[in-house]
Amino acid sequence: MSNNLETVNRSDNMMKYVFWGLGIITILILIVIIGYILINGVPHINWEFLTTAPKDSGASGGIYPMIISTIYVTFIAVLIATPIAVLSAVYLYEYAGDNLFVHLIRFCTETLASLPSIIYGLFGLAFFVEFMHLGWCVLSASLTLALMAIPTIMRTSQNALEAVPPAYREGSLGLGATRWQTIVNVILPAAIPGIVTGIILGMARAIEETAAIMYTVGSSIAAPVTVFDPARPLPLHLYMLATEGISLENTFATATVLIVMILGITFITNYIVDRYQKKMMGE
Amino acid sequence: MNKHLEEYIVEKSLLIVTVISIIIILLIIGFIFIEGMPAIQEVGLIDFVFGMEWSPSNDIYGIFPMIIGTIEMMIVSLVIAIPLSVGCSIFMTEYANTTMNKILKPTIQSLAGIPSVIYGFFGLVVLVPFVRDTFGGTGYSLIVASVILAIMILPTIISVSQDALLAVPSTYKEASLGLGATKWQTIYKVILPSAAPGVITAIILGMGRAIGETMAVIMVAGNVVQIPGSLLEPLRVLTSNIAIEMGYAIGLHYNALFATGIVLLIVIMILVLIADYIGYKSRVQGSGDL
Amino acid sequence: MSKDIIEVNNLNTYFDDHHVLKNINTSIKSNSVTALIGPSGCGKSTFLRTINRMNDLIPSFRKEGEIYYDGKELYDPSVDVVDLRQKIGMVFQKANPFPKSIRDNVAYGLKIHGEDDESKIDKIVEKSLKAAALWDEVEHKIDESALGLSGGQQQRLCIARTIAVQPDVILMDEPCSALDPISTTKIEDLIHELKKNYTIIIVTHNMQQATRVSKYTSFFLNGEIIESGLTDDIFLHPSQEETENYITGRFG
Repeated sequence: MSNNLETVNRSDNMMKYVFWGLGIITILILIVIIGYILINGVPHINWEFLTTAPKDSGASGGIYPMIISTIYVTFIAVLIATPIAVLSAVYLYEYAGDNLFVHLIRFCTETLASLPSIIYGLFGLAFFVEFMHLGWCVLSASLTLALMAIPTIMRTSQNALEAVPPAYREGSLGLGATRWQTIVNVILPAAIPGIVTGIILGMARAIEETAAIMYTVGSSIAAPVTVFDPARPLPLHLYMLATEGISLENTFATATVLIVMILGITFITNYIVDRYQKKMMGE
Repeated sequence: MNKHLEEYIVEKSLLIVTVISIIIILLIIGFIFIEGMPAIQEVGLIDFVFGMEWSPSNDIYGIFPMIIGTIEMMIVSLVIAIPLSVGCSIFMTEYANTTMNKILKPTIQSLAGIPSVIYGFFGLVVLVPFVRDTFGGTGYSLIVASVILAIMILPTIISVSQDALLAVPSTYKEASLGLGATKWQTIYKVILPSAAPGVITAIILGMGRAIGETMAVIMVAGNVVQIPGSLLEPLRVLTSNIAIEMGYAIGLHYNALFATGIVLLIVIMILVLIADYIGYKSRVQGSGDL
Repeated sequence: MSKDIIEVNNLNTYFDDHHVLKNINTSIKSNSVTALIGPSGCGKSTFLRTINRMNDLIPSFRKEGEIYYDGKELYDPSVDVVDLRQKIGMVFQKANPFPKSIRDNVAYGLKIHGEDDESKIDKIVEKSLKAAALWDEVEHKIDESALGLSGGQQQRLCIARTIAVQPDVILMDEPCSALDPISTTKIEDLIHELKKNYTIIIVTHNMQQATRVSKYTSFFLNGEIIESGLTDDIFLHPSQEETENYITGRFG
């Protein structure tokens, strides 16, 4: 009997090590990938690299226009996507109730969230670039990216609304506030941290996207001025440098800038959202 | 009365905004079909889907090798990703202490945030040469594409199955442990079965991502149109086909790439329907909450 | 003798097929405290929430019969539910201050009803907090988050928030059930003060509390009112056997 107990315990202990191992492998994967890129990329980053235009199709020179393109395209995309996504989430959660329409919308957003980015790219090309005659430009790319960001922002916002304690809603309605007053004054402020997280997730998706913009943004090496100018965001530039084997050093440096940008935005926002939440909770 | 008018206007305006999602999806489906159907009509559905040859210069468009390539790549990457990701989510909910969870949460967030071109680039400069030097060949291969893809779908599967595991009522766990079951027995016999619909949904979402990934795969797969006979052979998948050739495609070739998009679109929508159905069923049965 | 401010005729309510309140006939006297007692699930909270139409938020809710407030049927289409909830305020079982500053919590109702004169708002905030016996404790930290207050303080803040919009009736749904004895005493003292200006209906599980704070009591059982009347009569000479069983603690 005691022997039996031991074997049971031993296998239980073994599984514990297996799971610890899996957790650690996941962490190692991240460290290896990011570490490898940073170690090879950081030495080639300097002020000049960040502030000048590429020369010899990227073999030398910097990535200034690409940084501008990325910020420009992403900013406009989020600007378009956020109101649509947040207001839809508000409607679905606060007004629509539970009916066929809500299920249909949910199915649509789930499908939108799962569509491969190349499908968005195809659509952007067929619809914005050609059908709407916008041509290859910042606006076409931003509109395409906005469509991709909508389901992300919408779902996260909806989760944030669901997480607002029903007591807040009751408290406000009990004081004679209308639904809309309750939403604007109580629910949205309480849900803001979650909604901001959603916007950042959507933004991250827009920053890193390549396939959806390959055939909508053009590939100009000059920094875009108006939304109708073509551009070349960082991921696209990185893809071209990497696949055409132009300059390994510049490729690593570009990859480093891209990683730092995305992770920087993610973690700074996490921190701010955390602070806001703590302040709201009276700590 | 003013308040009521305001409420009415607000509600109807919000409704209009919400309908945009439906319009978007209809537009996407509509435009991809409009641009893709001419190719399917011209080539014929059977010849398009089951054709073995893709040769735009001769106006021959068959995507069967790419369909098989996509499926092979999806299977290999799932074989790698499922144990690691489901295991990691079990680790996070059942074994990890707070410190490990504090490290793992941002780790997974970061893995999800890394751009696909970076994964592709990492595969290109690290894994492709490694496979080339160790096993021979060019290194651009099914195995490298699958490994990179497996890493890319980790965060999706981990976070969704973690939600499913967390939704298992703690009373189940307590009951099992209270009967003298070990932790692993409890996980294996009680927690995993009741979280199963969620974990399966997580895997389906991972499949969707694997099928849809474009850039990382292009950079490491070699993109030769053939059915890969071994893990070391190159392949071309459906998404890559569109991305590689769209830049210079005109006429029927252009339509054929949109037709490839139709196939992708249909596959993804089927996956969403399945995930939706599992989610719906598990809600009806009241086990887990997706 | 004060007049009847609320009159209920043959009220029946349902959630889907579930018949919650059955043939309720009662009236509530103005400027007094009425206690609703009865075992859990007997319908007293539902009754309370029917009076300010909070049940409207639940899609499956349905009602038959009439409730007259100041001579007007509450569910009449011409009644504005938003105005109604301003006149019939509610304090919930668990204190539910908004995640805003103490001041903004009390000012909330004023602002949504269109008051934007800051000095006037400040005055009403102070007056309401004083009326809720909270002013001395929070005066120096009025701009800090309300969620930093203790449970008892939060509940008094919610009362202040309710009286700031100057209701006629205050509904209290077990306002002390989550509080310690000292906080409970403070709230009970407050109720005594408030009844001079407001009509109060309070749901409570605590018999002693009902005798301490209320003038009238209604005993609910299985969705019906078994007995209503002066609190003293109900507790000293209950006319129904069920009432006696309940108040002597034989079930519930």
